[in-house]
Amino acid sequence: MKELILLLIGAALVNNVVLSQFLGICPFLGVSKKTDTAVGMGSAVIFVVTVAAAVAYPIHTFILVPLGLGYMDTLVFIAVIAALVQLVEMILKKFIPSLYKALGVYLPLITTNCCVLGVALTNVQDGHNFIQSIIYALGTSIGFFISIVLMSGIREKIEENDIPHVLKGSPILLITAGLMAMAFCGFAGLI
Amino acid sequence: MNKCTERLYNGLVKENPTLVLMLGMCPTLAVTTSAINGLGMGLSTTAVLIMSNMMISALRKIIPDKVRMPSFIVIVASFVTIVDLLIQGYLPSLNESLGIYIPLIVVNCIILGRAEAYASKNPVLPSIFDGIGMGLGFTIALTIIGLIRELLGAGTAFGFSVMPAAYEPFSIFVMAPGAFFVLAILTAIQNKLKLRSATNGDAPAVNAEPLACGGRCDECIGNVCTANRMILEEQADEKAAIKEDAKAVAKKAFPEASSAVASDSASDQKGGDK
Repeated sequence: MKELILLLIGAALVNNVVLSQFLGICPFLGVSKKTDTAVGMGSAVIFVVTVAAAVAYPIHTFILVPLGLGYMDTLVFIAVIAALVQLVEMILKKFIPSLYKALGVYLPLITTNCCVLGVALTNVQDGHNFIQSIIYALGTSIGFFISIVLMSGIREKIEENDIPHVLKGSPILLITAGLMAMAFCGFAGLI
Repeated sequence: MNKCTERLYNGLVKENPTLVLMLGMCPTLAVTTSAINGLGMGLSTTAVLIMSNMMISALRKIIPDKVRMPSFIVIVASFVTIVDLLIQGYLPSLNESLGIYIPLIVVNCIILGRAEAYASKNPVLPSIFDGIGMGLGFTIALTIIGLIRELLGAGTAFGFSVMPAAYEPFSIFVMAPGAFFVLAILTAIQNKLKLRSATNGDAPAVNAEPLACGGRCDECIGNVCTANRMILEEQADEKAAIKEDAKAVAKKAFPEASSAVASDSASDQKGGDK
């Protein structure tokens, strides 16, 4: 149990997916303009990453490995993730319209979010078992949620400030992200 | 042949994927801890880009439009697997330092973006050159970022020590925050020089077709594409606001003329209705 909690905290804070592993930078910079959208995107990522990890584990362990197709991981996972996202979208639309309304717009954007594939591949490379895979996926996506929501909060403040002309646009964003990454380096002593 | 050199120039300078279009940020930031890593990542991506552009261009009339994206992803993923296995086999040290980022070339927006915007509409040879140009543009940008980080963070260039012995390296530049800072400084320089960049509002637009992916947004699944589209929408809004302001000013200055304009636009609308 203690190991699982450490895994969760390690994935969420110490090895933050965006700020120290650089996965999912594109939505982190692209969809973090307003806190509402950031929360929507973050929740959609938590949902999809966890479900994708839960699906990728049995496919790898019970189909690819017994058949000696371990090298097909990348190809199979990306196809499964793309199909899964479509499926999740359809299921939500049919059965939980309220959740679909909240997450729907962001779901198609997640297929090529590298943190989904990244988490599935890391799980395989580190040899996590089923429970560990899900905990790791949950931790990673919570880390994504935390950083994108923090970023959107800071960006809303930046909007109102008078920043030097040269830094307008992406430079100030990247500097903010760099400072956040420095702050997250402080979590390294946590475990 | 002229078209091929034009594609090379386009990829290297005019639409440089990293510095102008700001695509493929994850590998750009993650693997550029040293110049060699940047070069290795750039060349692996170039290899995948050339082969996938070639294959997609050759199959462009066979792939049905509806299943275009999944087909592209499968083609790209196959080539990435090949490159991944080759690197594991022949360059184990590079494989160790790039790690999970090699399989993640699959979701690099540059590759799908070029497939969608160029290779799926153009013949094989220009598509190959488009891949070479874009790939080399990406490689050069990554090598430069890697070189800066390595020089400042470790005092070496391509593994050789170049700084004087008294130089105290800023180790933060080879850590995660350094990646953000170096890219921030490079984009700030672009802003200052008013060079073209997708995220740089003041500079002239990247080209007449402003989205690198070809602008078929409703079917797209790329993230950066969404970001770019938001930027474009904002720019359009701003332009509209400026126009409105100009109209208001004109109304104050020349009330008669503006009423004439208004009646013109009204009659235009009627024409549209018909």
